[in-house]
Formats: sequence, structure tokens, C-alpha cells
Amino acid sequence: MRMPAEMREEVEMSLLLEAILARYHYDFRGYSIASLKRRLKQAAERFDSGTFLNLRDRLLMEPAIFPQLLDYLTVQVSEMFRDPPFFRALREEVLPHLKTYPSLKVWIAGCSSGEELYSMAILFREEGLESRTIFYATDIHSGALHKAEAGIYSIERLAQFSKNYQDAGGKASLSDYFTAAYGNAVFDKTLRRQTVFSDHSLVSDSVFAEVHLVCCRNVLIYFDKELQNRAVGLFKDALVRRGFLALGAKEGLHLSCHKQNFAEISHGKRIYQKRG
Amino acid sequence: MNRTPAITKPRLVVIGASAGGVEALLTLLPPLPEDYPIPILVVVHRPPRGDGMLQSLLSSQCALRVKEAEDKEDILPGVVYLAPANYHLLVEPNFRLSLSSEEPVNFSRPSIDLLFETAADACGASAVGFILTGANADGARGLARICAAGGLAYVQSPSDAQSDAMPAAALDACPTAAELDLQGLKKALKNDLPVTLQ
Repeated sequence: MRMPAEMREEVEMSLLLEAILARYHYDFRGYSIASLKRRLKQAAERFDSGTFLNLRDRLLMEPAIFPQLLDYLTVQVSEMFRDPPFFRALREEVLPHLKTYPSLKVWIAGCSSGEELYSMAILFREEGLESRTIFYATDIHSGALHKAEAGIYSIERLAQFSKNYQDAGGKASLSDYFTAAYGNAVFDKTLRRQTVFSDHSLVSDSVFAEVHLVCCRNVLIYFDKELQNRAVGLFKDALVRRGFLALGAKEGLHLSCHKQNFAEISHGKRIYQKRG
Repeated sequence: MNRTPAITKPRLVVIGASAGGVEALLTLLPPLPEDYPIPILVVVHRPPRGDGMLQSLLSSQCALRVKEAEDKEDILPGVVYLAPANYHLLVEPNFRLSLSSEEPVNFSRPSIDLLFETAADACGASAVGFILTGANADGARGLARICAAGGLAYVQSPSDAQSDAMPAAALDACPTAAELDLQGLKKALKNDLPVTLQ
């Protein structure tokens, strides 16, 4: 038996999400509830709103706060070369396949502030694939996309990034790819010269290109099962025959309605190949 | 506010432990039969790049199935779900699990507070929380949420715990919790909770 308080809160949350959809055309109704609710509570606190209904009213009155709310609605925790064994597997098991194509397209879906994009660009440069690759870096949060385009990260995070890079089998030193300035690491802008940054929603937009590799890590865990199926369906449709899909370390396709369309290569690394 | 009746059938057991927690779990979980009727979710703080050691250790000792929790899987009785290293474990209102790579909470990922708070949200008075040995205060807020929702709370006696900080913080936050030594907790989990289902 559930307490009325929790149920009321859930109803209020869905009213808030409906208002966000109607007013700002962002659809969060298919997100995992537990995590989203917690982040919205933090937002309600931040905007002195108390309840979700007060937050909704404020949002309807003050469009200026919506971009700040997006910081709560989306999760932007990331690292460069996060899960080094994944990047090692990508280098050793996927890139040899990709090298057989004369030109390549890679989609970083939900790129947030760009850590994954720069990791991928460095990997492709070291493997001699960069110049024939176009990267599409997409996210729904324009603020995050701006950060991704800037490629500037606090220098405090670089020790972890460097360790990950080494563990991932990096061929040089990560410091070859950035310059330190005023407490920040500014990444080499030539790393993004092959990149198209774009606003794209896995909830409401459709496929925009045919790609050879989709990288979407630690994004699907914030979606419910139905929305996960939609997103994976987009990836399936975007991928070339025998193209690759890379998910987060704890994201798999075995509960997905699309699982028969993919085979897992590199057991446990959550790298899938679209069946031919 | 309308209170649900004092006796609510338990639907979910959540357990949080930190320093010394593995030994405590090895006391609590192996005696449970394979058809134990209540699903069990466990957060144990451990290094970010854990390697499944805990799962194989518990599996080898338990009649219950012990597995690492997967995103969006249904929560079923007869199974002990462990939070994977470096991810938060949450309970969805539709009684599925979800994982999250959000920031650490209380310097911990997985965080006991997040599991317990979402369990209270999803199950209300039918959530049962256990806080075991540990050297920080993670779990105290979450256990208080379970208490506030009308659920049962158990805390290992600080004097019985290998590290007393976590149970002491939980008892401060949740004075109505039952304070028991490991043997008492074992009996509560194995015998007392299933009886309430009959």
C-alpha cells in the first residue's frame, strides 16, 4: 500500500512534465521516474518553488529559467575515456572494421559537454581515421552543446582523464591534445574540425544520416523501456548494415525489442553490431 | 494525512552496508531459502571498478539467486540484486530497477540514500530498510524516508558493528528503528518478515 504523499507527488510531477512539453516542446514523459524526480526536487529547491506545481507555475511565467532547468532535467556527468576497457575494445575490435571504409560517419548521441566526443576524436586520430570521418555530436541541451563546442574542462578533472586515457591504450600523452590556461584544459580545436554539433532529441526527432558507429553511453539508463526502444530503433535505422552500436557499461539490448537486430561483439563491453 | 495501517505487508527489502559489510551480508543472506518471498536490493560501498567478486562470493554461499542489478529489469522475489560498482541503484514506481551514473551522493556511488529514498517512494509502507556496519553516514536520510512512509527500519547495533558510524547515524535519523545485533537482524529477516505475509 503506498502513501498518498508519494502518489500526489508523482501526479504533480507528471503535470509539470506536461507543462514543459506544452510550453517548451521538450518531452520528458518517457524518462525513468526515480532519477528524474530527484533531480526535479533539486530544481524545485534551487528555484525556491517547494512543490512541483509551484515550479510548474514559475516555469510558465518565466521562460528565462527554462535553460537552467535543463541542467537538472539532463544528466551531464561524464569523463574522457570513461570505462577504459571499452575504449580499448573499440580500438582493438571495432576500428579495424571501420578502417575498411573509404569514409566514415560517427554519431555521438547525447554528447552532453563533449567528453566522449573528444575521446573518440583522439582515438580516431591515433588510428589514422580522423580525416575520413565526420562526427555528429548531438544533444537536446544547447548549453551542453556549447560546452562541447568549446572543449574546455577544469584542469582538476584532467588527472582522471589522463589515467583513463592511458588505461584505454592511448598512444601518446593526453597533454599532447590540450593546453592549460587559467585552471582549465583547452582541447586542441582541430580535434573538432570534423564534427557537426547539432540539437537532436532521441525522444522526438528522427534519423538524419546513415552512420557506421553510434556511441550512446549512459544515456538510455535515464529512459524508460519504451523510450529506450524508440532510441535503439533510431540507432538501428541510422546504422549501415553491420554498423556498430556502443552503449554504456550497464546498458544492454537483451531487454530491448530490437535485440534480434544486433549481435554483441566483445562480450561484456556492450558493443553491438547490426546484423546484415 | 491518512496513515496506512500499522501492519503493511513487506514488498521489498533494501540493505545498505559499507566498511565490514561483506561479512555482515555473509551472516544475513546465506540462511535465507531459495523461495524467500521478498525481493532484496543491496548497496555495498566498494571501489569504482569492482569486478563481480562480491556477486560470486555471495552466490556461492546463498540459496537465493544473487545477481548484479540491471537497468529496467523487473524486481522479483527469490533474487538478491546488488548495485553495480559506480552506478546508483534506484527503484521505479512500476517496480522495476533503474541505474544512474549521476554524481556520487555522500561521496558514494552507489549511494544507500538514493536506493532507500526511491524504495520509499515506490513502495511506501511496504519497504523495509536495513542499515548495517559502515564508516560514514550514507543511508541515514534514506532510512528516515522509509520510516516516514510507514515502512519498517532495522539498524545493526553500533556496538555489534565492525564500523559504528553508519548505524549510529541511521539511529539518530530514525529513532523508531529496531536496533539489533547481527543475529537479531538475521532472525528478523529470515523469520519475522515472511510471517507477516501469511
